[in-house]
Amino acid sequence: MDKHSLFTYDMLSTTIIWTVAGLLGCLFFWLLGDLMRQGIPHLSWEFISEPPANAGRSGGITSILVSTGLILLICMVVALPIGLGTAIFLSEYTAETHPLATFTGRSLDVLASVPSIVFGLFGNAFFCQLLGLGFSILSGGLTLACMVLPILVRTTEQGFRALPLEYRTSAAALGLSKRATLIHLLLPAAIPALVVGFILGLGRAIAETAALIFTSGYVSRMPTSLFDSGRTLSIHIYDLSMNVPGGDQAAYATALVLILCVLTLNSLAQWMAKHWTYTRRMNI
Amino acid sequence: MRTPRKTPTPYIASAYSTRNIALCCDPDPLIQTRDLSLSYGNHQAIKNISLTIHRGCLTAIVGPSGSGKTSFLQCLNRLTDLLPDCTVSGRATIENLDILSPTIDVLQLRRRIGMIFQKPNPFPMSIQKNLEFPLKEHGVTATHLIQERIQRALMDVGLWNEVKDRMDTSALRLSGGQQQRLCIARALVLSPDVLLMDEPCSALDPLSSGTVEDLIFSLRGQYTIIIVTHNLAQAHRIADYVGVFWSQAQAGELIEFAPTHAIFEHPQQDLTAAYINGIRG
Repeated sequence: MDKHSLFTYDMLSTTIIWTVAGLLGCLFFWLLGDLMRQGIPHLSWEFISEPPANAGRSGGITSILVSTGLILLICMVVALPIGLGTAIFLSEYTAETHPLATFTGRSLDVLASVPSIVFGLFGNAFFCQLLGLGFSILSGGLTLACMVLPILVRTTEQGFRALPLEYRTSAAALGLSKRATLIHLLLPAAIPALVVGFILGLGRAIAETAALIFTSGYVSRMPTSLFDSGRTLSIHIYDLSMNVPGGDQAAYATALVLILCVLTLNSLAQWMAKHWTYTRRMNI
Repeated sequence: MRTPRKTPTPYIASAYSTRNIALCCDPDPLIQTRDLSLSYGNHQAIKNISLTIHRGCLTAIVGPSGSGKTSFLQCLNRLTDLLPDCTVSGRATIENLDILSPTIDVLQLRRRIGMIFQKPNPFPMSIQKNLEFPLKEHGVTATHLIQERIQRALMDVGLWNEVKDRMDTSALRLSGGQQQRLCIARALVLSPDVLLMDEPCSALDPLSSGTVEDLIFSLRGQYTIIIVTHNLAQAHRIADYVGVFWSQAQAGELIEFAPTHAIFEHPQQDLTAAYINGIRG
């Protein structure tokens, strides 16, 4: 191939790559722009601070936000200790080739790719029916915990694995116990990864719909206990757009609130991944 | 018998002025290995190493890459326990204590036999916490005692004046040479008997390397030091004894062990002579 055609080939591939990346960016801005165009007129303080009325066509989303918050809270309170424990087990207490580690790791990978509706069916059969929790915020939160566990475990595990091996060997060479090394050295150093995993998991949970229809239900009134059914933002959007004629404006406004929540969480995760790790290492 | 110095000596920048140094003490065996062998799975890394390390002396282990020098060091403080598929056989003792015994308190053994690695590896904590953390974990909790030992260790490594006003800043902000001296201080703060050093100067710039070498030399007598080095000139300058490791049939063996002057001036083995003259290795 001569010099000229090499240059043309290079230019062509560069153009294709830029176009594909640009199209992807356009898709995101088109989606966001459409949401803002149709959602902002309906968005107001009252929309945030008032309960829904007229099947959601009017009023606000206070009870929806409260239910969403409670479900996320249960999800993370349950998922965090289990996720952290499993990640520590996988990264610090077993070799990657150990049969139990391989089994747990593969199970997590399969769970991560299971469609959320399957989690919904499982949650309904196990939490709602077998444990008798019924359609409730508790059932929804526990189902979501099962769903976010794989991502939480894998991110935290990678965070531990990314720590220099020298930390462990030099701690061992000082006669420090594994417990002390874990608590005082590895865990503080892995906190940024843990936070990022937590926020990514939270991001996945907050956007979930299918798994919650079968578990937390879709009652839109303000919950008075964790055993009450509760409707999350995503289910509210689904219900308004599919079952409520004239609910499109409220659906767009709710979607905008949801997208803003997800964007905030993602930005927070990215900021922490980039900056917090560095500043933590350099300014203790 | 001349006993090793117990009190810390001040840090002397140009501690070695002559290349051929006299033995620091009369031979007093502290660590002994007999037929020590180590395998990673089916691969034998070291084979039948038998040698005696004398108290208060500085013993250099030299030899080409892959001759099992680091593996030998790791046997002595049981860091081999951390390596998967690693089996150690033979005998290794420190003052009649069986190092390889499955019932030995490994944490106490490692406190007694400290180790410095090739790459400085301070913890991602403040300078103060780097030294305080191991002390507290080994049961030293009185604040005044902790401070006293930290200051003494930092003075022993010549770092006190450089860091005393910034003890709360991250240890990762120190230069490479300072980080390595901090790591030595972190080992010294636990008052070990023995220091294992795995090429402690090789990852440092020439200036820092010289400073750390001076420091190691100044610790001679107070501590029993075993240093792995590729730098034959360094071994010649600072060591009392030299052990030459060589890879024979892919397993590291000790081909010669003798006082430094004997190794460099009258080597008994052809391989040793070829190695120190730069013909082999």
